[in-house]
Amino acid sequence: MKPAPFQYHRAVSVDDAVTALATLPDAKLIAGGQSLIPLMNFRMSRPQTLVDISHLDNLASVTLSDGVLVLGALLPHQRLCEDALIREQVPVLAEAAQHIGHWAIRTRGTLGGSLAHADPAAELPAAMVALDAEFVLRSVRGTRTVAARDFYLGFLTTDLAADEMLTEVRIPVPPQGWYGFAEVARRAGDFALAGAYVQVRDDGGGSVTWFGISGGPERREFESVPEDAAALWRELLADVDVTDDDDYRRHLGVLVADWAYRRAQGEAQR
Amino acid sequence: MSETTQEVSPVETREGTVEITLKVNGKSHRIAVEPRMLLSDVLRHELGLTGTHVGCEQGVCGACTVLVEGEPQRSCLMFAVQAEGREITTVEGLTPEAGLSPLQAAFERHHALQCGFCTPGMIVTCEALLRSGRPVTEETVREAISGNVCRCTGYQFIVDAVLDAAKEGAR
Repeated sequence: MKPAPFQYHRAVSVDDAVTALATLPDAKLIAGGQSLIPLMNFRMSRPQTLVDISHLDNLASVTLSDGVLVLGALLPHQRLCEDALIREQVPVLAEAAQHIGHWAIRTRGTLGGSLAHADPAAELPAAMVALDAEFVLRSVRGTRTVAARDFYLGFLTTDLAADEMLTEVRIPVPPQGWYGFAEVARRAGDFALAGAYVQVRDDGGGSVTWFGISGGPERREFESVPEDAAALWRELLADVDVTDDDDYRRHLGVLVADWAYRRAQGEAQR
Repeated sequence: MSETTQEVSPVETREGTVEITLKVNGKSHRIAVEPRMLLSDVLRHELGLTGTHVGCEQGVCGACTVLVEGEPQRSCLMFAVQAEGREITTVEGLTPEAGLSPLQAAFERHHALQCGFCTPGMIVTCEALLRSGRPVTEETVREAISGNVCRCTGYQFIVDAVLDAAKEGAR
């Protein structure tokens, strides 16, 4: 099938984009389109207006200032994998981004697009929750900043209003403690059946953030990891409302948390 | 950020179409397209560049892969209007006037194709790998073509061909 007809507006600036979003009928933003276009090809999504922000090249920047790594929303995933500053400051993000789709998807798909689309099995939303990131949201009404932890409300559902645009991601650096990442997918590049980020601080406490097992990122805190780490992951998973295949998802949840934990420990010992 | 707001949609021409300039294989084409037309369909139906194949139209099979500013991207996951101002290269643009490119010749030598449906996407992706300056090893080749589905060859001969072409390039 082919996409349904729509009006096209190419934004020349963020102001232009948010004005178009607020004023044109049933307007949606498109950047890389790597999630939106498949949905439109299937006609599962039929927006009346597309506001194209893919030409706003100044939103594809990486800067470090005052202990905050600022990532522009239009950074393609491949840049997350390769950018020297990202690899140095938040290596776990560069590692996780390597698992997004395939090369030809990563060169086109964008950070902001993935974060706003909020696929529960996507690597990036959970990364931002795990890294205590904040999102900068712009609209004609103004600018607001929302913590990633408060942004994800459930399956494909976020705090982003219909007239808002995610322009920037702010990650505090250096991250608190050490991070490890792991995921299980049937084939390379597929969406994860389950994935996890584990953070371990110097005091032995930390957090685990799962994705792919429920409606969105699931972050849980711990004060220490017992010798039988799997028991801790199982306990922290107890109140997670898993999507389907209950026993199997929980089993994978324990596995990926365990692998991610070992990698975080490995990082700590470097 | 303090950009100024201004109207710059492409010029509306006949009902429902917009006029765009597409740069494909070094040539500029001025055409009128509906915004909903995928780059893959415009390449094939408007420009007659049928080397770009369309398989799944959901970004999974890789048959429609083209180079955008030298990077492999899915032409079925991009509207042609979005591609305006970008340098597009299709498999035709990677093929010499006469004969085959070194990578294409290596595909022939190694029997790296059977039905040929995936081959343009494979050639485009692997050419991007060879030009990228990344190390070309069995692992990096397999990683690069992990987004290109081939149902005939079992991939082994494709990997062999790319490694051979890389060796030849290094000579």
